[in-house]
Amino acid sequence: MSRNPFLPYIATVKEVIEETPNIKTLRVVIDDPSEREAFRFEPGQVAQLSVFGVGEATFVINSPPTRTEYLQFSVMKVGEVTTKIHELRPGDKVGVRGPLGNWFPYEGMKGKDILFIGGGIGMAPLRTLLLFMLDNRSDYGHITLLYGARSPRDLCYKEELKEWEGREDIELVLTVDREFPGWEGRVGLVPNVLKELAPSPEGKVAITCGPPIMIRFTLQALAELGFADDQIVTTLERRMKCGIGLCGRCNIGGRYVCKDGPVFTLAQLKELPPEL
Amino acid sequence: MKDGVKFLEEGALEGLLRRLSERARVWVPVEATPGVVLWRPWREGEKVRLDRQGTEPPKHVLFPRSETLLRIYEKEELKIEEVMPQGPSVIFGARPCDVRGFEVFDQVFGEEDPYYSVRRRETTILTVLCTEPERTCFCTTVGGGPLEEKGSDVTLLWIEGGWLAQAVTERGEEVLRDEAFVEASREQIEKGEQRKEAVKLDPVVDLSGIPEKFLESFTSDFWRRVTAKCISCGACTFLCPTCYCFNITDERTPEGAERLRSWDACMFYHYTLEASGHNPRPTKAERYRNRIGHKFSYHPSNYGTYGCTGCGRCIKYCPVGMDVREILRELKEYAEG
Repeated sequence: MSRNPFLPYIATVKEVIEETPNIKTLRVVIDDPSEREAFRFEPGQVAQLSVFGVGEATFVINSPPTRTEYLQFSVMKVGEVTTKIHELRPGDKVGVRGPLGNWFPYEGMKGKDILFIGGGIGMAPLRTLLLFMLDNRSDYGHITLLYGARSPRDLCYKEELKEWEGREDIELVLTVDREFPGWEGRVGLVPNVLKELAPSPEGKVAITCGPPIMIRFTLQALAELGFADDQIVTTLERRMKCGIGLCGRCNIGGRYVCKDGPVFTLAQLKELPPEL
Repeated sequence: MKDGVKFLEEGALEGLLRRLSERARVWVPVEATPGVVLWRPWREGEKVRLDRQGTEPPKHVLFPRSETLLRIYEKEELKIEEVMPQGPSVIFGARPCDVRGFEVFDQVFGEEDPYYSVRRRETTILTVLCTEPERTCFCTTVGGGPLEEKGSDVTLLWIEGGWLAQAVTERGEEVLRDEAFVEASREQIEKGEQRKEAVKLDPVVDLSGIPEKFLESFTSDFWRRVTAKCISCGACTFLCPTCYCFNITDERTPEGAERLRSWDACMFYHYTLEASGHNPRPTKAERYRNRIGHKFSYHPSNYGTYGCTGCGRCIKYCPVGMDVREILRELKEYAEG
């Protein structure tokens, strides 16, 4: 009999990293060695992380499947469950239910130039795919990351950003919403900086994730730059409970973000009723 | 075909229920308070109401209002126990529209949901065919019928003094081996045929093209207009034989915690409210649109049948008189106009 889809794996928090004033990254390891071995996922898939007695919430697994020493989740403190997650310390037990949903269509991206456009916590799913591509670097062309946040301290993964800045094979553009003392990157909203960069759509795939308002204007900017709908990939968030397309709430028309998504091309989204 | 038609005399019902109860939990419709027929486990002396549609469908027998999925023990080493349903059930006196509701559950939950599928496999359904459809009934509009036997194990048809009983499945045949069922006479069978022929329920609206027309209406003010009087109480969803939306929550216990699954409803603001404050369905217009869209557009395109069985409870019990038939008619006119 197949495993009960509502039954989480028991896992242990190994490390907690404070990314920003309201975002923490957790590195967790599934306790049972055979369950840990069986947990296979693709970049962009999500999982339900639970604090027992409090509840579950959905997060992208933001460590790539090419790096298996732990599963990484980045969590913004916004609600009941995420507040409890922020109180977790190394050694604490959590539940991990997944992997859930679809993933980035990385096979179809091979040989293409990749343009990542991220905002705030929206960097989490992009990180998964970016690291996956760096671990398979020769499969992909030029890689650009445009990443923005409200202020310098709201940028996630600062250590990695520093490392990527030094790499020859990634073009990194960081931006914050307004001037800050000591800030040497760009200043301006992500969609505006994107227009200034004016990347050519030729041979490119754009992958974007961020707050809804940023996504809206980023999609407009990409259209203005000549990107076709099937060259634009995004990953959506919705309130989710079951994660397997049964509980009803995350639907957009007849598709469920938890099961049919969270990754959609803009072309796919345009076939759905406009209910974002 | 007429071979094997049995007769269940009204006076033999109690003995039958008593014997069935020895082997299974037997759910029957009873008049819980005057005018309100609810499903209860049968007890000695209980008056069973098989002569009218229940106020609620027997949905909760297979999909409880709230159930414990997992027990989490935290006192010593962390342990999680799966709480699987135990023991067989009988639903005695469902209506064909109620049974069709389980077909929708089968399509969605199927084998994927272990809690549902365990219950489904262990449940026997005896259905009373409808000879007197009510004014709110519209099963024939959505592909069902008052005499539909599909999905039932046994059908029961009221004639004078009792019911004609016919097995639909092997499991049903087993039930009919009980001593309460006797061979039906030719006169009784004929009477049954006459009663069946007398049943009339015409479709109330032609649904062809509705799934597409729904999508055309999506961004129009149609939904704001038709939902002006809706109070988002969710009664339509809780009384609906096909509404299956649920929530998952944790509750603390002395040993640790329990993970519960409970009914939820797309008519509620909090159902889709995200922690960030964003809500993709912020007003009742979007929420009601989703309910209609789910049943008459999304579900048909995913599974090939309507996600509505035409039981009419959402019409009968709506406190502000929303009528899905009227809305479908208006939607058709709106889109055509």
